[in-house]
Amino acid sequence: MITNFILAPILMHMFTAILLLFFWQKVLVQKIISIVGNSIAFLLCLRLFEMTLTHGHLSLQVGGWQAPFGITFISDTLSAIMVLLTALVSLAVGIYSAASLNVSRIKFGYFFIFHFLIMGLLGAFLTGDIFNLYVWFEVVIISSFILLTVGGKKMQMEGAIKYVTMNMLASVIFLTAIAVLYGITGTLNIADIANKITLVENKGLVTVTSLLFFVGFGIKSAVFPLYFWLPSAYHTPPSAIAAIFGGLLTKMGIYAMLRVFTVIFQPDYFTLTLFSIIAIFTLITGALGTINKRNIRRILSYLIVCHIGYLIAGLGLNTELAFVAIVFYLIHDVIVKSNVFMISGVIVKMRETVDITRLGSLLKDYPKFSFVTALVLFSLIGIPPLSGFWPKILLFQETFKQENYFLLAALIIASFVTVFVIVRIWAEAFWKESPKHITEEIDHFAPFSLSGKIALIAPIVGLAIVSLFIGLNVNSVIKLSEKAAYEMKHPEIYINNVLGPKE
Amino acid sequence: MERNRNKQKLDTTILRTSTNYLLPLLILFSVFLLMRGHYLPGGGFVGGLVASIAFVLHSFAYSPTQTLKMFSVKPFFLIPTGLMICFLSGMLPTLLGHPFMSVVWFADAVVVIGAFGSALIFDLGVYMVVIGVVLTILFSISEQV
Repeated sequence: MITNFILAPILMHMFTAILLLFFWQKVLVQKIISIVGNSIAFLLCLRLFEMTLTHGHLSLQVGGWQAPFGITFISDTLSAIMVLLTALVSLAVGIYSAASLNVSRIKFGYFFIFHFLIMGLLGAFLTGDIFNLYVWFEVVIISSFILLTVGGKKMQMEGAIKYVTMNMLASVIFLTAIAVLYGITGTLNIADIANKITLVENKGLVTVTSLLFFVGFGIKSAVFPLYFWLPSAYHTPPSAIAAIFGGLLTKMGIYAMLRVFTVIFQPDYFTLTLFSIIAIFTLITGALGTINKRNIRRILSYLIVCHIGYLIAGLGLNTELAFVAIVFYLIHDVIVKSNVFMISGVIVKMRETVDITRLGSLLKDYPKFSFVTALVLFSLIGIPPLSGFWPKILLFQETFKQENYFLLAALIIASFVTVFVIVRIWAEAFWKESPKHITEEIDHFAPFSLSGKIALIAPIVGLAIVSLFIGLNVNSVIKLSEKAAYEMKHPEIYINNVLGPKE
Repeated sequence: MERNRNKQKLDTTILRTSTNYLLPLLILFSVFLLMRGHYLPGGGFVGGLVASIAFVLHSFAYSPTQTLKMFSVKPFFLIPTGLMICFLSGMLPTLLGHPFMSVVWFADAVVVIGAFGSALIFDLGVYMVVIGVVLTILFSISEQV
């Protein structure tokens, strides 16, 4: 269905951002506008999701220029899922940051940049043009630079510099890959490229280009040799920002990979083997990285890397069932990762530190909060019936069926290390007696007003309920993932949706 | 000390006098560039740059504070205003049932400007954003120096 509505979520965030600029420096007004804008955008995304599912796809040729010349926006099942996840996390983090951030950051224009970041993410998920995808990536990256550095301390600057350098490099590689692709096909529309690339005779060049894309997206989503910027950057900013980064930014790279390697390139044996090997190393190194860390947020950063390995593994298997697992895992991971970073922020408020050796007796002091945290952490491990269990079991099953035993071993090791690390966090921070006496000066959480406490805890509880809901409604989520996976395995559906059915 | 600072600001009568004449001319030229952008090289971005250069010149000849006095609102507010104009010019065609950002042409040509469409409104927004951004950056730097 051709409709302007596909742009509504993007435009809503843009409108909110512009409105926020009018109220520069007015903290309370900014908070209200941001939360209202986020809520409306969430409803719009929900409607977009529903419309996409009922109509099969939504598309729009912006400015009335027909594909492949104009810029196409298209929403299929995968895009719609990502859009809905983005909206959910953005709403949760938006509310959370209204309470958790200090005033000076908000005065620096935090909310304004935040909405631009979300706009960029939504744009990246909805665009059907490879160069436009690059532009949205840039919108996201520039916004994230600002979010990382605003009000920065020295440590934060150090992390930001690594982040900026690596992501700039990734952008350059991505842009080079687009240039080469344009050189060999003469078009930028993803669907049109997919049609024309089959006619290219130089298959070697196509494979090299596909690997250039893989490197570009790989840096952004932190895969094995190129992940080191992530653990050194993600633990520095305030937890609200880290929640968005940890939940969504790396997944944007994965989304782009899924799009490029299902629609444009059909990976050959060499590429698939490469994916599997990189997945194995990402899983193992990410998992090993968590073991000797004491800072919860550093552990979580390495867990992001480790869990990116699951997604790459699915990409390496390249079967429909593996794609079902990836899509399901994406749904689970975005929600849970954002949530754990928000939880780490609340812990900082309660204890001034996230060093697990210095934390303790959280269970005794905050039993209700600990219960919610337990739910989220167990979901991250994948204890049935919580959300993490099902995609992992699907992925294990498929890896076993494909007889890729090295990958299976890596997946199992990564899962065990995740269990070990999460249990360690739980035992040290929640169970153990606090090593030092908790005075009122340390606890910044208690003096919060009731509305402040609600704004901090409600998003966490909300996302925890969503992961519980996913766990209890596995069938419908699997059906949804199957639909997305079917579309990914049959790229002609996507191509026909953009270019119209072939005569 | 005070004299030294003034010297750095190119405090000459010639510059001041010529700025008084150049400022309106440059702004007129920037509007010309903005309009010309429809068919020929030009447009909101270049026009905005030329217009902000006019104000920068004025701030060299006098002082940033005096340049700011010419604005009834802070130049910063040109940024959201311009963005909002861009946004609305994109939304306009959707009200008529066209895709987002299509150009809507008004039936009759306007005197002097010629054909008038929503693209010109978009350019006007860009023009304002560029002036706002350049002046905000320059004035915040000159405040800190």
